[in-house]
Amino acid sequence: MNIEELKKIREKVQKEMNLRSGEKPIKVVVGMGTCGIAAGARPVMAAIKEHLAQQQAENVSVVQSGCAGFCEQEPLVDVFRPGEKKVTYGKVSPDKARRIVAEHVIGGKPVSEFIFAQEP
Amino acid sequence: MRDLSMHVLDIVQNSLAAGSTEVEIRIHEHLPEDLLVLEVKDNGRGIPKEMLPRVTDPFITSRQTREVGLGLSLLKEAAERCSGGLEVYSEEGRGTTVVASFRHDHFDRAPLGDMGETLGVLIAANPDRDFLYEHRVDDRTYLLDTRQMRQILGSVGLEDPTVLDFVRRDIEMGLKKIGAASFPKILEVLK
Repeated sequence: MNIEELKKIREKVQKEMNLRSGEKPIKVVVGMGTCGIAAGARPVMAAIKEHLAQQQAENVSVVQSGCAGFCEQEPLVDVFRPGEKKVTYGKVSPDKARRIVAEHVIGGKPVSEFIFAQEP
Repeated sequence: MRDLSMHVLDIVQNSLAAGSTEVEIRIHEHLPEDLLVLEVKDNGRGIPKEMLPRVTDPFITSRQTREVGLGLSLLKEAAERCSGGLEVYSEEGRGTTVVASFRHDHFDRAPLGDMGETLGVLIAANPDRDFLYEHRVDDRTYLLDTRQMRQILGSVGLEDPTVLDFVRRDIEMGLKKIGAASFPKILEVLK
């Protein structure tokens, strides 16, 4: 492990941290059960994290969950925005994930063509 | 599962579901013995004694929601199809260790895959847990330990995107340095 590079990261990020607020009201959940992993959930989660970082969206937490029982729809991604109903996207690829982040997580408008289920 | 790194991500999910705070992942490539050993060890709640002999049965799971649990059975199948095997050691309240062995150069041995992305995603999604990844190729070792990372990073959380990026790059370079093999040698030759 490259210790020197980690020290540089600490210095750089600590400077930026003073500008950030600690709140993360938006939540993105990636299904990471055996079915999700086999269907490609890992690159989807990596793409979501990377795209959020590129867009400097600091108010979003990205977490994982187990199998939701809709294995044929994996990778599944849930988006929770405060005051809005949960939206579940199915068969998400890294490209679709980047659009979901840009248009829904950050932009606030769900990407209707990728939606698998929506809270009634 | 396409490669070993995906099996690792999957097996570690069991550790996380069992409430582990520390998960150790070890991959040892013993080239003179033509052996690759993958070990995932956790300090979770462990597996009840009566369930232990049946954990690789795909129709056995600790979950209440449904009656299949494929992770361990898929890893067992992957190990056995290349003259290896799977063993699970567990003690209730102390933790579980899963050990899968593979013939290193077997034609059907799954490639290593992207261990950087597996560890990066695990750490980023579970910044409150600790992970250790040790990869040995004979006497050369690569080591990544989130406990050490925490000490150096101070107030910077492990979920920070720069940390995910660091983990991916560090593992990729570290594995290259120790000469970790992705594919079985026979496939490299055929390429």
